[in-house]
Amino acid sequence: MNWSAIAAIYRFEMARFFRTLAQSFLSPVLSTSLYFVVFGTAIGSRIQEVEGVSYGAFIVPGLIMLSVVMLAITNASFGIYFPKFLGTIYELLSAPVNFIEIVIGYVGAAATKSLFVGLVILVTANFFVDIRIEHPLAMVAFLILTCLSFSLLGFIIGIWASNFEQISLVPQLVVTPLIFLGGTFYSISMLPPLWQTITLFNPVVYLISGFRWSFYGLADVPITFSLLAILAFTGICLGIVGWIFKTGWRIRS
Amino acid sequence: MSIILSIKDLRKSYADGFEALKGISLDIKQGEILALLGPNGAGKTTLISTVCGITTPTSGSVMVGGHDIQTEFRAARKMIGLVPQEIALEPFETVWNTVRFSRGLFGYGSDNARIEEILRKLSLWDKRKNSIKELSGGMKRRVLIAKALAHEPRVLFLDEPTAGVDVELRKDMWEIVAELKQAGVTIILTTHYIEEAEAIADRVGVIDKGELLLVQDKGTLMAQMGKKQIEVMLTEPITDIPGSLSAHNLTLNGNGRTLVYTYDTNADRTGITTLLNDVAQAGLVLSDVQTRQSSLEEIFVNLVSGEAV
Repeated sequence: MNWSAIAAIYRFEMARFFRTLAQSFLSPVLSTSLYFVVFGTAIGSRIQEVEGVSYGAFIVPGLIMLSVVMLAITNASFGIYFPKFLGTIYELLSAPVNFIEIVIGYVGAAATKSLFVGLVILVTANFFVDIRIEHPLAMVAFLILTCLSFSLLGFIIGIWASNFEQISLVPQLVVTPLIFLGGTFYSISMLPPLWQTITLFNPVVYLISGFRWSFYGLADVPITFSLLAILAFTGICLGIVGWIFKTGWRIRS
Repeated sequence: MSIILSIKDLRKSYADGFEALKGISLDIKQGEILALLGPNGAGKTTLISTVCGITTPTSGSVMVGGHDIQTEFRAARKMIGLVPQEIALEPFETVWNTVRFSRGLFGYGSDNARIEEILRKLSLWDKRKNSIKELSGGMKRRVLIAKALAHEPRVLFLDEPTAGVDVELRKDMWEIVAELKQAGVTIILTTHYIEEAEAIADRVGVIDKGELLLVQDKGTLMAQMGKKQIEVMLTEPITDIPGSLSAHNLTLNGNGRTLVYTYDTNADRTGITTLLNDVAQAGLVLSDVQTRQSSLEEIFVNLVSGEAV
């Protein structure tokens, strides 16, 4: 393994993050505050509690997931698309590094950034509502796995994309609806029976349910299903990355 | 000297059937400077990209320092530095970090003294804290060179290094190339500027349509393939070349005052004596005689256009 190369890529990517630290920090704080003001107050005044948890506190895990997932995808896809766009990818391709090292560098950096933002949101939320974390280890594990798996997805999107529009296509057209319909702002038990069944086909439901369980012990689906779902998703992304590695798809002519 | 780069029957075809490289074979000795000449789209950049690992070859082999570029890509690539044709740099990063990144990427630990040495050599030291987007085009090109040198390559590819750069940078570049050669670095450069090849290369290769037309020692190439011309200046202008001189295939230039005779330096007889005798016989009075050797550029143009020289 060329650890020095992994460190170089990771450090270079993190530098981008630190250059815009205020932006990286303020943006999630602001958007989370807005969610609390708008959703927490507007809906929270009608729904006081969900299964014994105040509505404001109930939406915290979903809000963290929403930002973390979007940021992981955006950071990782831009991270690898930018060198393609600028032409600096020539150096990665001509360096004594293999694809795994490139993935670790870029995905590691993107996951770190989204993890940081996830924690910022958690702290921000704490100012608005009382949060308790019943299973801290599971919470951290879910958060890290989510950061990693969606960074992998972002990396795949960045490799696939041949313009900036395509980069925002998947997060906006696929991921955002899945997250909003995945129980971020409600428990799926509040839905009509037919929609409850349909919702079970949304993979994000398992993610948010598991993450919420780590906070309040509440889950829409059994925790083992959540764990299996996130592991399966990570596995699929790794498989695709492995295939890209083997074929050099969209990287090496 | 030992062979540091060995290319054997290298081919590259694309899915649309386009053959960018049609079986290139080339051995490059350690410490030499090879200039690759060729028109746009000849395959120069494809050749470099393939050796550097950016493009996957369709067939053939490339060994760098005894390491196969595919099976031992780490060892092979670690020896290679590449300065690409296009300026490709992260605009928001500083010069220092950009150069340090390259060193790390190639598996070398951080060495501030070494990076400082490179930046000073390339007159980039004062700009080390500037972000790339603040630099001029010439400075950006210097950064590309600094990046390639940061990982101490034994073989350096310069793809059109002086395209669009000012005279000062070109001169600096030639000096850096000479210094690197002194240090035993092998340099392969592609160029449109024939005077560049003429000035710094040890050998010259000519590529066209994916084929290596020739590779030769620069001096030998010029001596062997160069046409030489004699220009015979006349005191009185003439309108037509006298019939008695028709066998010499002369051309008339300079408002009828100059007769140009082209001959081959390698021929047994150059025909100069006969020509001068015949000119005198024709009653023409000479004011001056000059000889002129054809430049690499003319040789190159002739080769690429398929004319015999």
